Amino acid sequence: MIDVIKRYRGFLVVLACVGLLTIINRGIGIKAISISARSFVEMLFIIPPIFVLLGLLDVWVPRESMVKYMGEGSGLRGVLLSLFIGSAAAGPLYAAFPVSAVFMKKGVGFSNIMIFIGAWSTTKIPMVLFEFESLGKAFALTRLIVDVPGIIIIALLLNKLGSREEIKEIYQNAEKMGSNP
Amino acid sequence: MDPYILYGVTLVLLWVSFMKDKNKTKMSLKKGWKSFENILPEFLVVILFVGTLLAVLDPAMISKLIGGDSGWIGVILASLVGSITLIPGFVAFPTAALLLQAGAGYMQIAAFISTLMMVGVVTMPVEIKYFGKKMTLMRNLMAFIFSFFVAYVIGKVAG
Repeated sequence: MIDVIKRYRGFLVVLACVGLLTIINRGIGIKAISISARSFVEMLFIIPPIFVLLGLLDVWVPRESMVKYMGEGSGLRGVLLSLFIGSAAAGPLYAAFPVSAVFMKKGVGFSNIMIFIGAWSTTKIPMVLFEFESLGKAFALTRLIVDVPGIIIIALLLNKLGSREEIKEIYQNAEKMGSNP
Repeated sequence: MDPYILYGVTLVLLWVSFMKDKNKTKMSLKKGWKSFENILPEFLVVILFVGTLLAVLDPAMISKLIGGDSGWIGVILASLVGSITLIPGFVAFPTAALLLQAGAGYMQIAAFISTLMMVGVVTMPVEIKYFGKKMTLMRNLMAFIFSFFVAYVIGKVAG
């Protein structure tokens, strides 16, 4: 029980702040709560399949094949796969992080993890289609053409700038994430 | 992927998994649940925080900040707003289209959209839990700087 409170203390603090805000400014407080409630429901709708898929991936896909297709030495194939998987995803960016933890457990290379995160954040296919519709061809296409190399360059830079030790630590941390907190 | 397609794919795979091995399927679901429960506290913080932020920063407010001929100052403001907020695309794109119609520049809108997607200040607690402080800061900083480049190019091409 104490563990649960400890883990949720950040949430409880923010909740208390929102409560305080509601007392000070009723209008904004109530709006904040209703927007949060709506995004919570949205989260409950979109997130379950992501975590079910993540579990299936963890149990069924052997480490060797993930290493082969997306590991350190997977080259262009790994880059393209990471771009594709990230772009085919659904859901907010913060859902991509638990998925990348499972990828790390399976031995996916660090630059490919970062490419996957980049693609999830910017080139998700339904979002790009929607962008074409609302902001026009010139805007969406230009952004896509600039973003894809940008994502890859940022990923490679992050891989270079992080020391081997740091990256190793991140992988060890990911190992713990799937098990009990 | 459309959420319904995602559900469809997930259900099919779950069914295939269940047919092949009930125990492994159970284990998958357990692992999925554990991963979710593990990050739930951070998710809740992000959701509450974003809700509060959006209650204060409504589209009218955003348009005031980055509308008109705000130039590079507007680009910087747009990037800051985009970095801090977390608006789903199906709200952000129509809002951006409205702002464009209302006279906001392409460069500012591009900076807003790009940082909105790539930089996540409020989701940092989640990101740090997986990638550590240094990597998270570096990724967000690079994405922030990169967004200026994106804004510049889109301003040239589309503006």
